[in-house]
Amino acid sequence: MTITTDPDVIRHLSEVSVSVEIETADMTLNIGPQHPSTHGVLRLVAKVDGERAYDVQPVIGYMHRGYEKLAEVRTYPQVTALVNRIDWVSGFANEVPFMVAAERLMEIEAPERAQYIRLILSEMARISSHLVFMASYPLELGAATPLFFALRERERVLDLIESVTGGRFHPNFNRIGGVKPAAGSGSTQRKVVQDLPKGFLSETRTAMDEVLHAADQLEDLVAGNEIILARTKRIGVLPPEMAAAYGVSGPNLRASGVRYDIRKTDDYLPYDKFDFEVPVGENGDCWDRWYVRLAEIRESAKIIQQAVDGIPSGPLQAKVPKLIKVPAGETYVAAENPKGEMGYYLVSDGGQGPYRLKIRSASFSNISFLPWILEGALVPDIIAIMGSLDFVLGDVDR
Amino acid sequence: MEALLDNFWVVLLGKVLIVAGLIPVAGLAVGFAELKLSAKMQNRIGPYFAGGRWGWAQLLADGIKFFQKEDLIPEDADEPVFKFAPALVLLGTVALFVVVPFGPGLIVQDLDIGIFYALAISSISTIGVLMAGWSSANKYSLIGGLRAAGQLIAYELPLVLATVGVVVMAGTMSLDGIVQAQAGWFSETGWTGGMPFVIPQLIGFVIFFIAALAELTRTPFDMPIAESELVMGYLTEYSGFRFLFFFLAEFANMFTLSAIAATLFLGGYWAPFIPDDVLMWAGPIILISKVAVLVFVIIWFRWTFPRFREDQLQTLAWKFLIPLALANIIGTAILKVMI
Repeated sequence: MTITTDPDVIRHLSEVSVSVEIETADMTLNIGPQHPSTHGVLRLVAKVDGERAYDVQPVIGYMHRGYEKLAEVRTYPQVTALVNRIDWVSGFANEVPFMVAAERLMEIEAPERAQYIRLILSEMARISSHLVFMASYPLELGAATPLFFALRERERVLDLIESVTGGRFHPNFNRIGGVKPAAGSGSTQRKVVQDLPKGFLSETRTAMDEVLHAADQLEDLVAGNEIILARTKRIGVLPPEMAAAYGVSGPNLRASGVRYDIRKTDDYLPYDKFDFEVPVGENGDCWDRWYVRLAEIRESAKIIQQAVDGIPSGPLQAKVPKLIKVPAGETYVAAENPKGEMGYYLVSDGGQGPYRLKIRSASFSNISFLPWILEGALVPDIIAIMGSLDFVLGDVDR
Repeated sequence: MEALLDNFWVVLLGKVLIVAGLIPVAGLAVGFAELKLSAKMQNRIGPYFAGGRWGWAQLLADGIKFFQKEDLIPEDADEPVFKFAPALVLLGTVALFVVVPFGPGLIVQDLDIGIFYALAISSISTIGVLMAGWSSANKYSLIGGLRAAGQLIAYELPLVLATVGVVVMAGTMSLDGIVQAQAGWFSETGWTGGMPFVIPQLIGFVIFFIAALAELTRTPFDMPIAESELVMGYLTEYSGFRFLFFFLAEFANMFTLSAIAATLFLGGYWAPFIPDDVLMWAGPIILISKVAVLVFVIIWFRWTFPRFREDQLQTLAWKFLIPLALANIIGTAILKVMI
């Protein structure tokens, strides 16, 4: 090694600097449409910097089945089969507001017993839908066991729905002006038509006790877990003003502290005869959304128990003409569905089918604020927030 | 016969065969325990038909199935790295197996720096995981691999620091020596001073166990895989027998790390009231029953807890476990000098 004394070289060396700039390219992460926790085929295009997403755009439409257009070329009884496929985890509850809309235009009303049956089955649909959430949400946070506890109880409820309607997911049980006689009930020889299967009411009573017990178990299993609390508290906070601005409804809205429940404000089903609470959250975070749904399971079970005790006897079907034609007119009927406000804007021109049927589904509005709420979230939080909104892609895309 | 046993190469071959045979057996046993225990915890039956009874052959059948699968390598993958990664992961497990003492003298190789070797070699698996994540040419794999690397850095320290207390108490780094230091509890001559280190080193044991869970990437620290977030993490692109390698390594690693933990804290192959000559053949049984308890707890955790977030894991490691482990070392050292 030689030591240089040349001043030029020394000056040159003193001016040499090394400038290395590491180029870090941002990554575009496609979450979905095929992904374990996008509840079907939602696609999120997330621009992530490391694990932090600074821009998330949901892409919907992979599940579009054109129900609004299909309804225009179907007769009223046929539309029933369509609408219970919108939000398939609570199929029965989707049918009710459509039927009520048609009935209001026809100026008939379902008999009281039919309304009670609708109410019992709608609340069962709510319980089964919320139990699916209870099953899938801890799974998205990494806990597999609550899934089995929740789905076991859901099976009990689905069995009851099946015993009445003949279908677990797609009951297709409502008729304009009432409900149809229960599947497999009565005997064709004796011409006896029975509306509810034998023993249904007592079985429902015990099943609701089991559901209440399972709700306690789930609370023990999930709410007592520090990691779940650390993963959900103060994550994905949705302020009430923001929720109202985006048209969020249902448990997601109530978790933000807004006490709004269509069951209390409208009379599409005789909810005013029952005593039940509307649970609300405090902070509007993921944890509140979980807890509100658990509380709603309990309230629904109580409503069903009251309804089973007080169900009146009487006919199942109001008098309707053989060929159902709805008088010209328009109406909007919204119902408090498990996912939120499910509304049908029905326009009739006096024909056999709807002229136009606008479906206002809860999940579509409930995920509309995803870009806002996911901005700056970590990848694990994206999953936690998305899961807590409890949407169904059939309900988003229709 | 004597001459044959003295031959270095024959002995080496024997040791290699034993380790190579025990790893799959341990992996299958732990895997089967996981299937059955998780089923029990979730109101299920679990595997039932394979093998005729209790579904004992389920994992063998799965293994055969994996061998029949097409060996898919993504087009953009870095092929040599992609192919080598599963081998490296399994290598870490196999190499760790070497220093576990199963009985007095029943050890593949008793090293003077046994615990040092064990802690160093167990990190090799993580390099394999990082290689798998990087070479898969998949964004989910990459995130999974990087999470695994971050997790390793955070949890290697508490793991090492937790064992320092044991080393201070035992005065040796040889795993066999550490077992010997714990022996002697309630012997015929009365109290002889030795006891399983879990009693004086309870804090160390808890830290070691938590850090080992993170090292195993088991729930609640399974972020590198995180099915609901990263599809399958670094395993996303693997299929067939390469996937089987990861699978086997995970379960065998549970066994070996539990064995290390049992050796360090629970007295290893030693148990009270058992004379030395019985210990010769009862040692493996005692060690394996201790391992079974630890493996059960790991499986129990997996099916009870959700997973942490990556930053929560780092917080837990740097702000809580490492200071606690350091305090534990200081306390142990002071007590060692005073007593």
